[in-house]
Amino acid sequence: MSEVIVVTSGKGGVGKTTSSASIAMGLARRGHKVVVIDFDVGLRNLDLIMGCERRVVYDFVNVINGEASLRQALIKDKRQENLSILAASQTRDKDALTQEGVERVLNELRADFDYIVCDSPAGIEKGAHLAMYFADRAVVVVNPEVSSVRDSDRVLGLLASKTRRVEQGEGKIQEHLLLTRYNPKRVADGDMMSLKDVEEILGIQVLGVIPESEEVLQSSNSGNPVILDLDSPAGQAYDDAVARLLGESRPLRFLEVGKKGLFQRLFGG
Amino acid sequence: MGLLDLFRKKQKNSANTAKNRLQIIIAQDKADASGPDYLPLLKRELLEVIRKYVSVNPDAVEVNLSHESDHDVLELNIVLPDRPATAADGV
Repeated sequence: MSEVIVVTSGKGGVGKTTSSASIAMGLARRGHKVVVIDFDVGLRNLDLIMGCERRVVYDFVNVINGEASLRQALIKDKRQENLSILAASQTRDKDALTQEGVERVLNELRADFDYIVCDSPAGIEKGAHLAMYFADRAVVVVNPEVSSVRDSDRVLGLLASKTRRVEQGEGKIQEHLLLTRYNPKRVADGDMMSLKDVEEILGIQVLGVIPESEEVLQSSNSGNPVILDLDSPAGQAYDDAVARLLGESRPLRFLEVGKKGLFQRLFGG
Repeated sequence: MGLLDLFRKKQKNSANTAKNRLQIIIAQDKADASGPDYLPLLKRELLEVIRKYVSVNPDAVEVNLSHESDHDVLELNIVLPDRPATAADGV
């Protein structure tokens, strides 16, 4: 039985695509067959983060419109054979995604994949709606920052009412909080909301906390999901999050400031 | 704390401010979202009607819709000024 996971947030730029890429890669590394879909029609970016931008021939909208088969449009990851990518279309037609079309493609994918990760666009418009509508679970990506938290609360409201499961009376889908760009030092200084603060406001279960780290940008630069860099705190934190998504229980890490050298302690920073 | 921190001007606990502001605005967002679509318009029209007779502040009119087991309650709370001015006073 395959599962559809939406990665969503409301606000843009909080790390949805970065998280989708790493979660999909992490699930695939654990032996599951995974496809990750970019729902951001007109602003395709998942291909860049996954490092397959030059291999996109057909996209999601081509498949919906019957201009290409799924087999033609799916891009197999070169590092991980269990993982495929379905790129977003660069069309400017806002109505390119239809509910029937998305449903048909997802049903076809369910036959071949264990996990279907839907990378939602920012906002609460059609693309975001369709990305969450067929989901069985949701990962809500949040930064510890006022606008991100408020938007996430709006998105949680939509997840509670505007999904097929809810509409068909099958109950609410499972919601997970993924707190990204977490800076333990700023939290300790009282300049950034803590995990506890955000948890208290949003009231959903924590999937993981990804520390703000240089490696995230470096990974995007090179087109390698940061979870592949298991020496980096962010890579390890994503690996933990994926393990928890699969039901493993792992303690949260990277919530405290690391030990500092004498120089740093004397002069701050 | 580093030596240099002593010289830094610090704004302490902006995180707490953020949390408090969020808790208030999210509660308000939720209340707005849960009410029926006509509520804001109803509020405005009620205010207009009241102001035809009594001069009140827009803030003085509070309209709340709450849900009780099998019915909704529309609660209207209007704070009148000490000496109610009438429309005849030329307000």
